[in-house]
This record gives sequence, structure tokens and C-alpha cells, in this order.
Amino acid sequence: MKYDIVIVGGGPAGLAAAVSARDNGVESILILERDKELGGILNQCIHNGFGLHTFKEELTGPEYAARYIKEVQNRNIEYKLNTMVIDINQNKVITAMNQEEGLFQIEAKAIVLAMGCRERSRGALNIPGYRPAGIFSAGTAQRLVNMEGYLPGREVVILGSGDIGLIMARRMTFEGAKVKVVAELMPYSGGLKRNIVQCLDDYGIPLKLAHTVVSIKGKERLESITLAQVDEKLKPIPGTEEEYTCDTLLLSVGLIPENELSENMGVEISRVTSGPIVNESLETNIEGVFACGNVLHVHDLVDFVSGEASSAGKNAAMYIQNKYNEKSENAILLQGENGVRYTVPATIDPKRMDDTQVVRFRVGQVYTDSFLSVYFDDERVSHKKKRVMAPGEMEEVKLTKAQLMDKPDLKKITIKIEEA
Amino acid sequence: MVELICINCPMGCMLTVEFEDGVVGTVKGNTCKRGEKYAQKELTNPTRIVTSTVKVENGKVPVVSVKTKNDIPKGKIFECVEALKNVVVNAPVNIGDVVLANAANTGVDIVATNNVVNV
Repeated sequence: MKYDIVIVGGGPAGLAAAVSARDNGVESILILERDKELGGILNQCIHNGFGLHTFKEELTGPEYAARYIKEVQNRNIEYKLNTMVIDINQNKVITAMNQEEGLFQIEAKAIVLAMGCRERSRGALNIPGYRPAGIFSAGTAQRLVNMEGYLPGREVVILGSGDIGLIMARRMTFEGAKVKVVAELMPYSGGLKRNIVQCLDDYGIPLKLAHTVVSIKGKERLESITLAQVDEKLKPIPGTEEEYTCDTLLLSVGLIPENELSENMGVEISRVTSGPIVNESLETNIEGVFACGNVLHVHDLVDFVSGEASSAGKNAAMYIQNKYNEKSENAILLQGENGVRYTVPATIDPKRMDDTQVVRFRVGQVYTDSFLSVYFDDERVSHKKKRVMAPGEMEEVKLTKAQLMDKPDLKKITIKIEEA
Repeated sequence: MVELICINCPMGCMLTVEFEDGVVGTVKGNTCKRGEKYAQKELTNPTRIVTSTVKVENGKVPVVSVKTKNDIPKGKIFECVEALKNVVVNAPVNIGDVVLANAANTGVDIVATNNVVNV
């Protein structure tokens, strides 16, 4: 099998990349999806709040997915469901399998990595205690409730204030469960502010910051957990323990881009994002291999995933058609400093960039009334006051081609936080 | 002055609102028009969109996701959720199909938000 562009993953990123690649003139496109339907994680995100940027209306996850699936189907873009990619090599040969075709290989001219992310699990947290039934990642519980029609439990404690945990606090409440508390290790929430308001505050569910689970009781089924406050080194403070009886513990403790395939094929991975290091075209260190969506870095808004993936799809199309401008000899390095943990992209080639380049990043802690500054080498070119910046909310700055073409000797762009 | 977090979209703008004697004055901190509208509503008649699932019969999947077509008063959320408890729909279901009309007397219908094919 041979295709011009193979897209690994049929979630929001893969769908948007496919649509955009087709609209930019590529006929031969294949999407590979491991689940039984397209749409990815959106299918279980039945809450509203999707699409305000993309469609100018408020949609639920399945509705947002359905719009893109329709676009893909209207364009007759090929896809294979229930198909697991097990290997991609440096020559862009993809090995995949499914029940109908068995094991097979596909040669691609360009590849778009759109595999998304997975949840951090209990094993990564080292919570002591027994290993009874009743401990789920928040996303697993979300799938059980929203897609399979099961209620995982009736008395719930949630560890971690990631968005899925917050959304599930409300969801479990609707289904008649009692959500007793949400505990967050850090002194700030990991989720969006709006989710604290509409998922916890609306229902009087307490959020305990700087708290963690120190003990789990129950042999067959979870019986109780013990929370304790933590000090600034995140160590539990003796004497602050509180026991909560519960039959369910949901973990919403972070998402990790799923890059085993990328790493195996030799794609360079950022130690901060756990996603590929990409240039302005969202191209990895392997020519013709692009990345977008949560496999690149974990997003808060699917709208931004779609936008990013459209760029990746367009760039893959340009690569196939040899439409790229010639590379500059030295790309400009982008760097986060002083609280800016990373930037996507990591380099910009002014010759190849679009008229406007969005640079996205996250900050390492909560900053209030601070300045977000951009430096071109040592010269500060922008200095904007921000009321609040928090790790749970992705930030962005925009750079223009005109701005960069103006500075032919520019070597490094630094984005940093300067406190007032 | 009242501080609110706009929940219209995941931006979560921090709003500072002039609010005296039940009257909403100037709204600051919003990035779009929705912020102003939200402050007005949240302080006088708070509303929410409610999302849940209902059982499906003869479908390829056991449940289908649903939402209130428009936002409903916050105080009516649980009545709506309660009203959905015994609703069962027959596949096929299409996005936008009404699964429960005039939920909890809010005047708002509850509609399907996903497509389910029948078996």
C-alpha cells in the first residue's frame, strides 16, 4: 500500500489535518484509527464548551467530532478503523494491523503524527496502600459513564484537579453519586478556571489545594482514603490526615503525549512536553514527519488542536508538492525562560513561516499581575501585562513574518515572564 | 464590585463587574461580548447548559449523549437530570433529535448530541 500522506490517529487532530491536506491539493490520504469510530476522545467528552473559536457556537464533544467527521466523509478521505499502528520506521514505512487485513505495511511520503495523549496512572504516583477495585483514571470513568452506561461508584473522591477530573465531579453528581472532595497536590488547580466554577462551585464540591492521598484502604473494594495537607516541598504534614469513606477514587493527575511510535522512528522528543520537537511547520527532525494536537503538547481547547492540525495538514501537503520555500541556513531558536516552560514550535524559519506564527507555551506556576515579554536576542520587543497566568491554561504569543524578515541576523527569540 | 469567572468558553476570563442593588453596571476583563452577557445573567438569573446521557434501545451503543438545547436556570439542573432518568430512545438517533420536550417545565428541549445507528 502506498499513500502520499498517512495520518496516525483519527481524533480531532487527525481529522483536521486530513481535511486541510485534501483542501491543499493532496488526493492520496489515509487516516489510521485504533478505535471503532472516528472522533477520538471527543466522543466521551459529552459536556459543552467546544467549538466557540472554530464554529462560533457552543458544541458538545460528540457534536464537534461529528462536524469534522462529516468534512472527512464529504471529501471521501480514506480511513481504516480498528487499526493499530505498531511501528513506523525512518523511511516512513508504517506497520499496522487489524482483524480484516492482518499485519500490513504502508509506504507514506509524509506522515502526520496525531496519536493524542494518555492519562498518568496510579503507578506513576506511588500512592501507598492496597490495590482494591474502585480506583480509576478520570478518563476511564468518563468512558464508562458516558459511552458504556455504567456508574463506577457512589461515593467518590477525586485526586488531581485536571479538567477531566473536574468534569467528572459534575458528571458523577448528575448520575447520583456523592463527590466528597477534590484534592490537588499543588497549591493551584491544574484545570481551567471555568471548570472549577461550573463543575465544583455550582455543586458545593470542596477543592482542597496542597492536599494528597496518603493512604488507601480496602482489600476487594475501596473503603476509604486518607488525605493529608502537604508542605511547600509537597511532603505530607503529619497531623493533618483526614479519612474519607468512599468506594471510588478518580485520578486526574496529568496527561502524557503518546509518543512510543515517534520515539521508535527516531523523532526527537522534548523532555518538557514529552512531545516531538518541531519547527514552524510543525515538522519533526525527520523530514516529512509532522506532529499536531495532544501528541505534540497537551492542549486545553480542542479548537486550538484543530487549528494546529490544519497547519500540519497544509504543511504536509506543501511538502508532498515541493511547494516549500528553500530553507534558511539557520533557523531562529525559540526559547522559554523564567517561568515559560517550553515553546511550540522550538525553531522558526522566517522564509517558511506563515504571515503570522502562533507560539504556544505553558508557565510553571501561577503568576499574577506579571508581564509576558518577548526578546529578539537581547532586545525586548513586547511587554504585556497579564492579570493571571497559570500552568492549567495554555498561553500564546503571535510573531509576524514582517517582524522577523526585518531582522536578518536574529538568532534567538526568548519568551519570559517578568514580575512587576 | 463583584469578581466573576466567565464560563462561556475555556478562556475563563476574569470579570470585574459593577453590581449594586441588583443592577449590573460596567463589566471589565472580558475579551468578547459574551463576557458582558454572562455577567448580566450570572448576577441576575444564572443559567447553565446541562449535558448527560440516556439509554438507547436497538442501538450499536448502549447510551447516547444529550444536552439541553439552550441554557436553563441553575436551580432547575437537578430536576432536568431527574427527568432524564427513565428516558429511553430507540435507535437510530441523530444529532438534534428531541429526546425530552420541555424538560422540567423549563420550555427547553433536551436533544441528542450524537448519532447512533441501529443494529
